Amino acid sequence: MTLEVLSGNRAQSEAVRLARVQVVAAYPITPQTTIVEAIADHVAQGRLAAEFVRVESEHSALQVCVSAAALGARTYTATSSQGLLLMHELLHWASGARAPVVMGVVNRAVAPPWSAGADHTDSLAQRDTGWIQFYAETNQEVLDTVLEAYRLSEDRAVRLPAMVCEDAFYLSHTVEPVEVPTAEAVDAFLPARVGRGILVPGVPSRLGSFTGPEDYVRFRREEAAAMARVVPTLRVVEEEFCRSFGRTLGGPVVPYRLEGATTALVTIGTASTTARGVVDELRRQGRAIGLLKIRLLRPFPEAEVRAALEGVDRIGVLDRAWTFGPTGAVAAEVRGALYGAPRRPLVTSFLAGIGGRDVTPGLVRRAVERLDVGSADDGPVWMDLEPLPEEVVRG
Amino acid sequence: MAKLTLPPEEWVRSGHSACPGCAPALALRFLLKGLGPRTIVSIPACCWTVIATPYPTTALGVAMLDTPIESTGASISGLRAAADALGLSDLNVVGVAGDGGTADIGLQSLSGMLERRTNAIYLMYDNEAYMNTGVQRSGATPWHAWTTTTPVGPRARGKAEPKKDIMGIVLAHRPVYAATVNPSFPEDFLAKVEKARDLVGPRFFQAITPCPPGWRYDSSETVEVGSLATETGLFPLYEVEEGRLRITRRYGRLKPVREYLQKQGRFGHLTDPEIDAIQSRVTARWEELLRSERTSAEGRAQPPATDQAPTAAR
Repeated sequence: MTLEVLSGNRAQSEAVRLARVQVVAAYPITPQTTIVEAIADHVAQGRLAAEFVRVESEHSALQVCVSAAALGARTYTATSSQGLLLMHELLHWASGARAPVVMGVVNRAVAPPWSAGADHTDSLAQRDTGWIQFYAETNQEVLDTVLEAYRLSEDRAVRLPAMVCEDAFYLSHTVEPVEVPTAEAVDAFLPARVGRGILVPGVPSRLGSFTGPEDYVRFRREEAAAMARVVPTLRVVEEEFCRSFGRTLGGPVVPYRLEGATTALVTIGTASTTARGVVDELRRQGRAIGLLKIRLLRPFPEAEVRAALEGVDRIGVLDRAWTFGPTGAVAAEVRGALYGAPRRPLVTSFLAGIGGRDVTPGLVRRAVERLDVGSADDGPVWMDLEPLPEEVVRG
Repeated sequence: MAKLTLPPEEWVRSGHSACPGCAPALALRFLLKGLGPRTIVSIPACCWTVIATPYPTTALGVAMLDTPIESTGASISGLRAAADALGLSDLNVVGVAGDGGTADIGLQSLSGMLERRTNAIYLMYDNEAYMNTGVQRSGATPWHAWTTTTPVGPRARGKAEPKKDIMGIVLAHRPVYAATVNPSFPEDFLAKVEKARDLVGPRFFQAITPCPPGWRYDSSETVEVGSLATETGLFPLYEVEEGRLRITRRYGRLKPVREYLQKQGRFGHLTDPEIDAIQSRVTARWEELLRSERTSAEGRAQPPATDQAPTAAR
């Protein structure tokens, strides 16, 4: 193990090298591009023995991965924003074909208008495509989660593709110290993927056939059952991860100072760090507040969320995306998970950090204050913005 | 009794669900006869999705991967990469797609696969319209042909535009090998497949594949309609290997295109002047092809490449 100063993107590419990925499909888009650039260099310098396929679109990038995975290769690609949206059709093909593709997603705002800033709209819009979705808070988590994602995705109980999401620039282009494990340790944790292709050359077989309704629904239910095995499988994988590397990953959700809390914040991605600082500050002032960071958004860990937030009266969910629903997307998931709770808390949806705006400690403090006067009828609260002019509101 | 010149093994099995007289079924039959069982076929949404029969059966004696309609070029790049990474270098990686899935919506990934020199074979079966969805016009539909989206009426005469030149597009990428094939001429078809099989790099076939329900002729006449496509010069058979063009079925005198057109209901509305106009285009194209063959023998079939034409393949 060595301690290196790495960006989130560099952490992705180091994990890909350590995972001995066999087929990489590459297409550039800001701010993802430095991931595939670094992998190209790994291949060119002989540090990674992979087929590096330079495709002509993100749609083709994911098709390359799905087809290569059908023959049994370990595959990787990475994208952002528009690229992920272009992949949408293939996202369904990957999960439906049970192709354990792992993909780095650098969360970036969706156009129009153009913005390269951090925003979760791109991957939240893909939450119904049958992919496992992780959201990272630190560059260490990025590296560790990519390794974990391969183990999880390739597990026979799961066989579903996974996205490892990181916030644009806050992680992708910001460096911090990252423990990089040795190749031997990773080889022991993540053995080569061999003999796992669904299609076998020389054997009459077909992947993706057309079906009648009875078979179609059976395939969907099998996929749902595999999704339901993600959280228990994750637990086993993380125990092994801890034994192999001496670090914990934290499970699907990471509670922080929720003991005795009556108020809680819920976050994904880098806003978690800021919110944790505010929780510490408010706890010092005597407020019973805690934080729940969600690492695994798909499948949504309902039971874990419900258990972690038991006894909390007021919950504020920070969404870094506006997804045109009654609340932010993560807030809707949290509300859904808590609807059947014996004591139903008030859940307020905050939209914060959209398009790369900073989620500051001040913003988080103001969200907590707003939480105190929240009601069940509240729509999403757009944080730290001037009110819209009257003529815009009227339309 | 004539000697059987085709390999007897069948990799397209009886029990497939093609329409009677389906030439796309013949095209894949002949392609696989030439390639054999160490082959994996990537097929997008097209007639062959259905012909191969529903889950859990398959009409193919080889492995088949389904993809969305526009993906074939990318899919065979992925299969090739995996085959090479996994030490399956003897595997024939093949994409088979319709004309819409190739010349229209799949053109980008086809161009990508040709440009990155994917070591794979791509066959476009050209039934000249979106047939699986019920005969809608594609870029490959010929001039004046009736389809459900290019109807005939007082203000419309079928498709208003000429057929897209897919071979021209493919040849601009300088593939290792490209050829036109016709299931009505199986020996010519097989000879080209066997030649392509042993080359390394991107290889492309355009197969003319008559479609009885789409072209509106009796299903017993597929081979005859297909033969006329070539004998009239409308679909000449040739191959281009490393820039050298060679016509593989030569005719001193072409049959009139009227014979081909009159057999098909999709051209039933054509007037004599329209048939004459088609004839003059076909004649001009045939002469152009003869010229291309001559100049290609002199090494100037194509303009010089922008940089050195790569022979290495991936």
